[in-house]
Amino acid sequence: MSMETPSKLQKMISAGHFAVTSEVGPPRSADGVVIEQKANLIKDYVDAINVTDNQTSVCRLCSLAACIRIKQMGLEPVLQMVTRDRNRIAIQSDILGAASFGINNILCLTGDHQHFGDHASCANVFDLDSTQLAMTVRMMRDEGKLLGGYEFEVRPQMYIGAAANPFAAPNVALRVSRLAKKVAAGVQFVQTQCIYNMETFKTFMKMAVDRGLHEKVAILAGITPMKNVGMAKYMQKRVPGIDVPDEIVKRMGGVPKEKQPEEGINLAVEQIEELKEVEGIRGFHIMAIEWEAKVPEIVQRIGLYPRPQLAG
Amino acid sequence: MRLQYPPNVRIIEVPCSGKVDIIHLLMAFEHGADGVIVVGCMEGDCHYMAGNLYAKKRVQRVKEILDRVGLGGERVGMYNLSSGMGGRFAEIVREMTSKIMELGPSPIRIATGTAARAAGEVAA
Amino acid sequence: MIKAKPKPLEEIIDHVKDFNKLLIAGCDGCVTVCEAGGLKEAKILAAALRLYFTQGGKQAQVDDTSLTRQCEKEYLAQLSDRIDNYDAVVSLACGCGIQYLAEMYDKKIVLPGVDTCFLGVNEERGLYSERCQACGRCILAETGGICPIARCSKRMLNGPCGGSAGGKCEVSKDIPCGWELIYNRLKTLGQLDRFERPCEPKDWTTSRDGGPRTIIREDLRI
Repeated sequence: MSMETPSKLQKMISAGHFAVTSEVGPPRSADGVVIEQKANLIKDYVDAINVTDNQTSVCRLCSLAACIRIKQMGLEPVLQMVTRDRNRIAIQSDILGAASFGINNILCLTGDHQHFGDHASCANVFDLDSTQLAMTVRMMRDEGKLLGGYEFEVRPQMYIGAAANPFAAPNVALRVSRLAKKVAAGVQFVQTQCIYNMETFKTFMKMAVDRGLHEKVAILAGITPMKNVGMAKYMQKRVPGIDVPDEIVKRMGGVPKEKQPEEGINLAVEQIEELKEVEGIRGFHIMAIEWEAKVPEIVQRIGLYPRPQLAG
Repeated sequence: MRLQYPPNVRIIEVPCSGKVDIIHLLMAFEHGADGVIVVGCMEGDCHYMAGNLYAKKRVQRVKEILDRVGLGGERVGMYNLSSGMGGRFAEIVREMTSKIMELGPSPIRIATGTAARAAGEVAA
Repeated sequence: MIKAKPKPLEEIIDHVKDFNKLLIAGCDGCVTVCEAGGLKEAKILAAALRLYFTQGGKQAQVDDTSLTRQCEKEYLAQLSDRIDNYDAVVSLACGCGIQYLAEMYDKKIVLPGVDTCFLGVNEERGLYSERCQACGRCILAETGGICPIARCSKRMLNGPCGGSAGGKCEVSKDIPCGWELIYNRLKTLGQLDRFERPCEPKDWTTSRDGGPRTIIREDLRI
């Protein structure tokens, strides 16, 4: 996995265990306490906690501040950073800021277009894209250099991650190609978009493994438990880049309303058990949106609780 | 056919309704027309393929302009008929005439003094 | 070419309603091609404004004309003998022409009659789409002749993003995914190896970000 960092997530993966990560969505206010509450719900069940960055272009308390808080709680944050809202000066500045608090994981993202969010009339930045962001973090970490050429001593020591979406257009081959490009840019781990179409995902993994990419990048499978059939339909029809097969919608709709949340968790657990057998999978990224309370149950049922203790 | 229709109509013949452009319709109103209709062939029967479709779009644009400048888009309209439909033509003219009588003289004529007063007002 | 569209009539009326003598100045260049500001559109606007003033009981004079181009002072000079007759000029040229007209006749009120939108092509009559962002450093050789800066909503240089679905951009079904177009073109050209090479961050100084731009061609100037 190339460069070693103090990242606990990296250590867990390097030790050969399945890694477990989850996420916390910051509030749309200055309330820092809710972040602590969410983090506390999941802290014993995950190796690292992602904090989303103005996800779907909705303005929220920033990921950096939330990650600092999580770090100060003694936990392991993953700083999600989009390039939609900040230029390379702000990006490198935020990386230095995060590193100054000992944040060791960054997920490099381009970001949803602002038209999805609550400030659709804003200007966007996109000075860099996710691949270039990864290149930038690598340069700062491995060479102690900024994009503008300035050299500095105290470097960020970050484990570099990115997203992968096997289900986006136009085809799986291009998505594997893109993964290869990100690896060439310095990406060390990826968290995939949430998986419902197992067949497509397995095709993606096979192609990645055939190219040997699984030895260069740790792939964590993204899982989002369905709460009800409404959510299944919504995700199928309205969310770009997510592929929900009809059988899933049918399955969720086939149980009475009060049983649907339970069915959604069952489905997630089954998926994870199936994915454990897929070559190249190094862990799971559980995105239980506004349902963080279910993460402990899922991690327990997939047999990954308690989390292994690492030496040192 | 020698059908009767109101005498207040001035007919301008064109080889195709597609020859009628936006500026022609606006000029008609500038020169004091109270209403203007464009009569074209049935859709799908245009001898020049799509002339009547362009005419339809132009009439629509003129409606919007007339609404925005204070004349009212109801003063212009497009109708489709074939050349054999003399009865329908008379009907269209009667329809449009009665609509315009209801709307009254064009505000252009009122403003320039060539129409005494709006319909419905009674001379003192 | 530059693509523009006519401004809403209400907006123009709002700007001119207090004037008595107006000149509507069209342009025979780009705005004629996209039917937003040529002589035809100038005549239509002039007629519409005359109707507006007349029905409001106002005696106003609204003339129309069109110049070969408004981005050239040699052609703008053709107005010099009569522009003083007018209270204001509504220019239907693109943003460049309007500004140049205002610059040349700086004591005259000059108002825009079109919204200038982008650099683009004619797909069909009445259907124009953006192709170029004038970034100042063309990379089309690397991307199979399709520009990611103009055609990717996020101007990614290492696209496509994860929101690309069914060949369309996540922003709108009317926007093809620029990077899917590039991918398919590189495939056709047998250049897919380009696709896997990470592209370095762009130098935006030649773009709008570097400030208003000038080209000085010493080989053309004496």
